[in-house]
Amino acid sequence: MKILVTAKRVEDPESKIKVKPDGSGIVQEGLKYKINPFDEIGVEEGLRLVAKHQGEVVVVSIGGKEVQEQLRHALAMGAHRAVWVNHTGPVDQLGIAALLQKVVEKEQPDLVILGKQSIDDDQNQVGQYLAEFLGWGQATFASKVESMESEQEKNKVPAIVLTADKKSVQVIREVDNGLATVECQLPAVVTTDLRLNQPRYASLPGIMKAKSKPIEELTPAKLSVDVTPAIQVLKMSSPPARKAGIKVADVPALVEKLHNEAKVV
Amino acid sequence: MPIVLIVAEQQPDGNLRKATFNAISAGKQLAEKAGGELHIALVGKDPSKVADELKGYGAKAVHLGAAAELEHYLAETYAPAIAALAQELKADYIGMASTAQGKDLLPRVAGRLRAAMATDVMAINGSGADITFTRPMWAGNVFADVKLTTPVKVLTLRATEFPAAAGGQGAAEVKTFSPKVEASKTKFVDFKEVKSARPELTEARVVISGGRGTKGDFKEIEGLADDLGAAVGASRAVCDAGWVPNDLQVGQTGKVVAPALYIAAGISGAIQHLAGMKSSKTIVAINKDPEAPIFQVADYGMVADLFKVLPELRAELAKLK
Repeated sequence: MKILVTAKRVEDPESKIKVKPDGSGIVQEGLKYKINPFDEIGVEEGLRLVAKHQGEVVVVSIGGKEVQEQLRHALAMGAHRAVWVNHTGPVDQLGIAALLQKVVEKEQPDLVILGKQSIDDDQNQVGQYLAEFLGWGQATFASKVESMESEQEKNKVPAIVLTADKKSVQVIREVDNGLATVECQLPAVVTTDLRLNQPRYASLPGIMKAKSKPIEELTPAKLSVDVTPAIQVLKMSSPPARKAGIKVADVPALVEKLHNEAKVV
Repeated sequence: MPIVLIVAEQQPDGNLRKATFNAISAGKQLAEKAGGELHIALVGKDPSKVADELKGYGAKAVHLGAAAELEHYLAETYAPAIAALAQELKADYIGMASTAQGKDLLPRVAGRLRAAMATDVMAINGSGADITFTRPMWAGNVFADVKLTTPVKVLTLRATEFPAAAGGQGAAEVKTFSPKVEASKTKFVDFKEVKSARPELTEARVVISGGRGTKGDFKEIEGLADDLGAAVGASRAVCDAGWVPNDLQVGQTGKVVAPALYIAAGISGAIQHLAGMKSSKTIVAINKDPEAPIFQVADYGMVADLFKVLPELRAELAKLK
């Protein structure tokens, strides 16, 4: 199985995001960057699938040379090689999907795994755009029944199941009010939800090995993609702060407030 | 005249998902601001059974597309049907509630129409051709005003930010159409519903959520929820541990809720969780750790053990009845 996985560079989800006073963007100073957590889950799932079925995990990222850090991280986890689309200007989800479409056409993977969303833009669009552009099936919000404490998880069993004829995958999707199972003919696009797996740490030998794994450089021009964004972010602002509340001493005081002041019980 | 097309959603039981009515009210607002008209679409195996429910919301028309192939929802089969209808109506805007289905389907529709899209729209600003949308980024830590510059614009609408549409606004014309059906490379296998007698999280007036502090014991939380007719929610850590179903997760990557009363028990209040409940009208936090970030958004905080507080709270609330 050849699996293409995305690895977007995003702000560390634990970092404090502040909007610049002029609303033109966020304050970059002091921020740390990581691989998008949902993409990291995708890398893990890809590694589990090739451990079981043989094959190769190719990781792709789009951005300036700094995204090589995220590619190296995925390579250190165990991905085999990387594709870097060198692009420093603005790009929206349509542009990202168009670039990925070209990378897919070049690489011809059996499966593309992406995070369901990146934790900066929170758009949740690229996987679906890509599947539509390619005319492939999609299974978004991939999850599993077993918990993170289960034997399956401890043994790194892939949650995406290859069918007996190896022509399709079964994916359990996290949807409203339950779990839906779909079967997608390969090649297909899968996007990951939080509880698909717990990504592994990169081992020291893994980190050493990653240094010599190949990263191929491409550009939007080389891929013949116009990435002029169709989404303009006009202004950013901080959400309105909630006014400071009070501490109540005991339960009767709490109920009194809820009944007489907030009038909610 | 600009055309706003709102896509309605049927649950697996055939009933309309309530968030549809919030999306309709957002669509009505958008149509007014754009100087256009509202249309509602529903496709599926049997959309006619809810046609009457969709008529009274001031839409110009309700478009129903029935096909046996659309029995089970799949983005791959629903997207061509919706996209073809949108093209026929020359829709300028296509919107749907930010449900799991809305988030799965509309980007695929947008892809087909090469349309730019805004996810989780919270507000519609401006008028005419200068309409912009406010949407959250970085787990709700940033609100961004965005403009979509493609001819067709696609949106998912966050239900908690728009009131449910009020009915009784005249009867829209109901039109049936033959949805475009395409072969699908994906097939539906099954749906395992998490059945609960409690109200749906995103629709409940009161939500009681438990976090790591419960150590997986949700008995008192469920008891209080049943006393109040409330929904039960949970933090990510609790769902990850498998203590409660994933479906209960409140947060940016789970459910976004905005009930009249939100009680957080044993939840520290990670940014990710706060993004999913900050819009609640009244927030109560119960946590042993006085430094827990949840207290920064709580109207009423109690620094105490939830296992001691919740039974007392149930007894005290019972006295009010």
